[in-house]
Amino acid sequence: MNYTTTQLILFFIIVAFGTLLTRALPFILFPENKPIPKYIRYLADILPYTIIGMLVVYCLKDVSVTQSYHAIPEAISILVIVLLHTWKKNTLLSIGGGALLYMVLIQSVFV
Amino acid sequence: MNNKTAALKAAFPHTIPVMTGYLVLGAAYGILMNSKGFSLLWIMIASVFVYAGSMQFVSVALLAAGFDPLGAFLMTIAVNARHLFYGISMLKQYRGTGRMKPYLIFSLTDESFSILCSAKAPEGVPEKWFYLFISLLNHIYWITGSILGGVLGSLISINTKGIDFVLTALFVVILVNQWQSTTNHLPVIIGIVSAILCRLIFSASDFIIPSMICILLSVTILRKPMERGKTT
Repeated sequence: MNYTTTQLILFFIIVAFGTLLTRALPFILFPENKPIPKYIRYLADILPYTIIGMLVVYCLKDVSVTQSYHAIPEAISILVIVLLHTWKKNTLLSIGGGALLYMVLIQSVFV
Repeated sequence: MNNKTAALKAAFPHTIPVMTGYLVLGAAYGILMNSKGFSLLWIMIASVFVYAGSMQFVSVALLAAGFDPLGAFLMTIAVNARHLFYGISMLKQYRGTGRMKPYLIFSLTDESFSILCSAKAPEGVPEKWFYLFISLLNHIYWITGSILGGVLGSLISINTKGIDFVLTALFVVILVNQWQSTTNHLPVIIGIVSAILCRLIFSASDFIIPSMICILLSVTILRKPMERGKTT
């Protein structure tokens, strides 16, 4: 990746600031004596679920179903993660196992 | 034994589960950054100042896609939108934490939140110091993990092709946890379907903002049935 130092500094400032904003906004908007609007409470309830669904798709944005390997390594790995996690409920095992399986698949099976 | 030492001693046991997680995930982040050619300095800068696990992984993907400040900002908001919920939940608890409040807010990660919203400071231990040490210890684990990963990645030459999948795995695991924690699966489905539809219409680099608009519209329109169907 070819970035200048200035670009990288700017990039990390943006990401750090954006992250801080999401953490601080509730404290800024709703000082201790102000009630939280119902619509905001509703969004706070619902959005964490929808965003994770969106993020899974984001991770797979460059995967093509029509081109070679037809998303098979991704599908296998995700299936294994879901099964492993439903079975053992061990976050590290599921993430580590799934990622290692995927690496093995694309490095030595679907090459 | 003074108050601070007592708070540190009380806080430490709560952070042990997070320690393992952060050391391993942090190391994965360090290895990933190293594999993309970033030096230890950048890894440390990200882990100290951004300090958001999934967002740091996403930022590697963002950097790979090209320099796009506005896109990066919006993506940061989207990925971290769940923090709004944590903040809302901690509004009361962080009352009266004084000078520590800015740091406590800055360091409110998923894992810290999960400890902080359930752990109680023992009798005689000042709450704000107890919160501070939980947050600070977790932050230290994360920084240490990512540095270890960065060093490890530069020492051993491993074929890191596909290591980006750690991020996919992380989100799939969170999704499975969420799926099992509720009977209302409509929000997850809205998220997935909106994103897939928008990805089919738009290119890989600009489908996230349309997806977010689509999600916001859908959940706003479906608010009534969604609230009725809520069982939690």
